[in-house]
Amino acid sequence: MSERPLPAVEYLKIPDDGDPYLEGSRCGSCGAVFLGERDYCSKCGARGGFSPITLSNTGSLYSYSIVHRSYPGIDVPYISAIVDLDGGGTVKGNLINIDPDPDKIEFGMPIEVVYDDALGRKDRDGNSYLSYFFQPR
Amino acid sequence: MTDAYVVGVDMIKFGRFPEKSVPQLGSEAALMALDDCGLKIQDIDALYCGNLGQSSGMVGQRILQQIGQTGIPVVNCANACATGATAFREAWTSVKAGLYDLVLAVGVEQMGKGLLGSAGGATGIPKEGLLGSGTMPTVFAEAGMEHARKYGTTFEQFAKVSVKNHHHSTMNPKAMYQIETPLETVMNAEMISYPNTKLMCSVNVDGSAAAVIASERKARELGLMGRAVKVRASVLTSDPWQERDLVMPDVNTCTRKAAAAAYEMAGLGPDDVDLIELHDCFATAEILHYENLGICGDGEAGRMVDDGEVALGGRIPVNVSGGLLSKGHPLGATGIANIYEVSTHLRGEAGQRQVENARIGLTHVIGLGSACGIHILEKAAA
Repeated sequence: MSERPLPAVEYLKIPDDGDPYLEGSRCGSCGAVFLGERDYCSKCGARGGFSPITLSNTGSLYSYSIVHRSYPGIDVPYISAIVDLDGGGTVKGNLINIDPDPDKIEFGMPIEVVYDDALGRKDRDGNSYLSYFFQPR
Repeated sequence: MTDAYVVGVDMIKFGRFPEKSVPQLGSEAALMALDDCGLKIQDIDALYCGNLGQSSGMVGQRILQQIGQTGIPVVNCANACATGATAFREAWTSVKAGLYDLVLAVGVEQMGKGLLGSAGGATGIPKEGLLGSGTMPTVFAEAGMEHARKYGTTFEQFAKVSVKNHHHSTMNPKAMYQIETPLETVMNAEMISYPNTKLMCSVNVDGSAAAVIASERKARELGLMGRAVKVRASVLTSDPWQERDLVMPDVNTCTRKAAAAAYEMAGLGPDDVDLIELHDCFATAEILHYENLGICGDGEAGRMVDDGEVALGGRIPVNVSGGLLSKGHPLGATGIANIYEVSTHLRGEAGQRQVENARIGLTHVIGLGSACGIHILEKAAA
């Protein structure tokens, strides 16, 4: 079992010293931004030539839904949010620290990416995970 | 190239049939489509079978093992919710290419109840409810909210789609449900993924549909032109790259691309279309496709449903079958069931829900991940 939490997704990086961050890659030919590492570019067809980029921890809310029914064991309601990060990259996650009420949620509202334990979820080996969340900024 | 015609088409009444096997369900529709044009399985040159749940299970062959093992080529297709349309299109392609004169396309699905969508990966920890939601009601809610963001589309306007389609289904004896749902009932139903309430989600049902496609020469030779329906266009697209599509499947661009190609292939435009069966897997999805299919301008979809333009009797009736919302959505059967619906109107045989003087109709499906299939059908000149 790992003593440190593992990243919930491969594009979440946890440096030995320093704060966690989301990593993307930028196509050297067309500039398209992807989450995590890529072999090829699905926008322009480039083979390789990607540069890793640190994605921004700020962005804005693009779209969302308030989830009232999910699979057994998952707490509802919660906000499933799609966030455009400043400087490129779009990520999906839970929007927290705001009421799950459409009257309170505004398209384009400023968002910050925060990192925390993955809601207590552990894998079969008992490892803990670090995940990312969105909150109003 | 020859023209291709639907000469026989039918569907079973959608419902829940746990006591039947997938090949049994498929066989029923296959035989109904053959009966519709007075043919036997021995007359068929090839079978194209669409099924998702048993996509490695040779469902097409198992249908022939029920209704007649004639040794014809069988192609089994899976393409998410575009599976049935893909099987139909492959069948059409083979006739257009001149390979075969008479082919059968069958779509069939047997489904459980409940949510569809990713419940998490095989390794690590489940991501559902941790990194947003991948359930289908949520994914299509997020797509609808993108429309709300751009154009101010309201929860009430999305809900009106369900009111309309459920109303239409009261006139369709083959729909899973035939129940009126007033606006308050739709809006006050259990919220699944805002803005989609339970009555704004399509119904998971079992079902099957089938079509016999003939070359023009064969249709004439068999004397089947009287009720034949000409396939004016058949188009399949996948999802072109979009900046958000890694986290937000894009059902709009592939539909717009397919619609443009279909109108060009048919040599007509959206104003020429008399009825549409489109992919209302969720009420939020239907709104998007009015604009994607060009029956109104961008931003006008909410008004279309407010004004009743898309209801039976309106300017361009959409989903008069009751749609996936009420007729039901057996994934692999849906794309052929909507060919059945449009063909039935073009034949003037749709009874109470008949779109009057229907001459040209369009069918549309989306397979998330993504695929879009569009067919444009026309009543054949006898």
